Amino acid sequence: MSARPLLFRNARLLDPASNLDRRGDLLIEDGKIAALDPKIAAHDAESVECAGACLAPGLVDMRVELREPGAEHQESMNSGGLAAVAGGVTTLVMLPTTDPVIDDIALVEFVARRSRDVGLARIRTYAAATKGLKGRELTEMGLLAAAGAVAFTDAGRAIADATVMRRALSYARTFDLLVMQHPEEPSLAAGGMMNEGEVATRLGLAGITPAAEIIMVERDLRLVEATGGRLHIAHVSTEAAIDAIRRAKARGLPVTCDTAPHYFALNETAVGDYRTFAKVSPPLRSEWDRRAVVAGLKDGTIDAIASDHAPHDQESKRLPFASAASGIIGLETLLPLTLELYHNGHLSLLEALGAVTQRPADILGLPAGRLAVGAAADLVLFDLERPWRIDVDAFRSKSKNAPYDGRPVQGRVLRTLVAGRSVFSSEG
Amino acid sequence: MTVGMPSLSFPHRHLLGIEGLSPDEITLLLDRSETYVEQNRQVDKKQSLLRGRTIINLFFENSTRTRTSFELAGKRLGGDVINMSVQASSIKKGETLIDTAMTLTAMRPDVLIVRHPESGAVQLLSQKVDCAVINAGDGSHEHPTQALLDALTIRLRKGHLQGLAVAICGDILHSRVARSNIALLNIMGARVRVVAPRTLLPAEIERLGVEVFHDMARGLRGVDIIMMLRLQTERMHGSFVPSIREYFHFFGLDYAKLAAAKPDALIMHPGPMNRGVEIDTEVADDIDRSAIRQQVEMGVAVRMACLDVLTRNLSNAAPAK
Repeated sequence: MSARPLLFRNARLLDPASNLDRRGDLLIEDGKIAALDPKIAAHDAESVECAGACLAPGLVDMRVELREPGAEHQESMNSGGLAAVAGGVTTLVMLPTTDPVIDDIALVEFVARRSRDVGLARIRTYAAATKGLKGRELTEMGLLAAAGAVAFTDAGRAIADATVMRRALSYARTFDLLVMQHPEEPSLAAGGMMNEGEVATRLGLAGITPAAEIIMVERDLRLVEATGGRLHIAHVSTEAAIDAIRRAKARGLPVTCDTAPHYFALNETAVGDYRTFAKVSPPLRSEWDRRAVVAGLKDGTIDAIASDHAPHDQESKRLPFASAASGIIGLETLLPLTLELYHNGHLSLLEALGAVTQRPADILGLPAGRLAVGAAADLVLFDLERPWRIDVDAFRSKSKNAPYDGRPVQGRVLRTLVAGRSVFSSEG
Repeated sequence: MTVGMPSLSFPHRHLLGIEGLSPDEITLLLDRSETYVEQNRQVDKKQSLLRGRTIINLFFENSTRTRTSFELAGKRLGGDVINMSVQASSIKKGETLIDTAMTLTAMRPDVLIVRHPESGAVQLLSQKVDCAVINAGDGSHEHPTQALLDALTIRLRKGHLQGLAVAICGDILHSRVARSNIALLNIMGARVRVVAPRTLLPAEIERLGVEVFHDMARGLRGVDIIMMLRLQTERMHGSFVPSIREYFHFFGLDYAKLAAAKPDALIMHPGPMNRGVEIDTEVADDIDRSAIRQQVEMGVAVRMACLDVLTRNLSNAAPAK
């Protein structure tokens, strides 16, 4: 079973956790990182000449929708896994928005088994915070966590009832579990299709006020204060919410948050003439909000970047805007879009990588996202500078709903390894 | 795309909205409409310009007036007009839209006139068909022929559009008529105001080039034109405004509020009116002040002009593909 050791030579070794950025070699033995040094002599190892390409921890995508079980024609574990490794993602955490909803230990075990069977990226799962994502009764958080659920969330549905949210945070704290919330007050967002403002007004589309986000965030921060429960706020998109989280962190509240690439790479004008590929929840916001997201990433208020991969087939998107499904796929664009933050001078390379590796792993308590001796050899080798254009048709994902087609980006995955095994190579 | 009469240059295959049209293009449509106003007052109203052309009125939303107006326009130009009403509730709307577009395009119509309850739906449909498409109203987005007929009415009554002060009053939030009129009036150099309670105004409406008022007396002060909008029944009782009584008290057009406008100010309404809700019945029927019936007459002429201009852009050979 134990394969020949593998030696990556002359790589630019990048480890956000230890602030490592230097030229060197990395040796893999038995699926683990065995050594990490400027020069490693390992004569029995198969050697890969990296010629200065970046070798970093594989990406940890902390929020992905797969459609297995339930709608495998949109994304199966296999197609999602292929998309993940093509994007340099070695661990992904899927949302419980499957059919049936992942609110039962049997389904958590199903995900673990399918992940092993597929054998691409490591697929972990959140469990629903409330049964059936209905926002009323808590799930068996303790048992679900023991079965492998990473944290608890009702995904794209905010837990609207304040008492239910209070109990979720409070009960989760009993077992030191994390609750992740979609930051949107549903009664304010009801009927809305895009960000409220000039663009929505011109298009005659019902707007979603940015206040829907800050109101839910402020409420939840109060509940965190009251319960001491750990809260992760998903995909923050507004300046006001980021400010509130910044202040909450300064007060020492156990709160973290992330954003998705579309909230710093696009703004509401991407909707253009009713482009349903730019319909997403929360909606793409104003340019001011987009800049606030970049600033939040810069000062560390926003801890992580998740793709929010939400696959939808053509039939769900080739509709009038109001009827079209919400969501953007992102597994295969997470790395290059995150690297835009580096190439544009907003983040250092290690900061940018940290937001998609070590930091999401730490938030979720996953043993991933690090280049360290003894750690699993989940790695991505990429060319930091190589320019290319996003080609949606070339995606491995079964769905193609991304508003980035033709976008010029820099940074290309060359090779992806999971437990030392090559699961993707750009040479095919 | 350039087949046809070069003297009329309307460089668009479809009429999906007012936004994006130039002053010259709007003037061209209005000039053309005026010739049809005359024709429609003759005993013989019929022409053969559209002889052999097939026009389909495709309505996903109930409408008697607009559909009839388009139907008359098509028939008076000698075209064959058929009406299709698709009940939006019967099947999933989107499937109906694309499926219907595919089916209809196979029947080789020359013009599709489409009304749909969702913003952007007509544009989406226009991308799937080979013929010309006229937007007869999409959601809260645009209703271009309504804005054109309003402009024609104003031009006939006031002689010009440039420099006029126009107040659009009522449910701006949900109104495609308001959006098309705001666009057209701005393009043609009129000054536009909107007057409404804050709950019936969309966000950042001022960015569309309007002055915003929440008080009729101030909003109507010195205006040349008052356009009243219809308030849908489901929005009258506590959701957007508390009651009909309160709405009429503050925002319904009666003689007292009208006194703030210019003495010769013209009153318009896209119909159908809610008498006693947004407009007092006597004001609506005041033949000196109200242009409401004339708007309906202009509607047929404007729609004839649109059919005329767009069909000239069609290839006379078999439709592409």
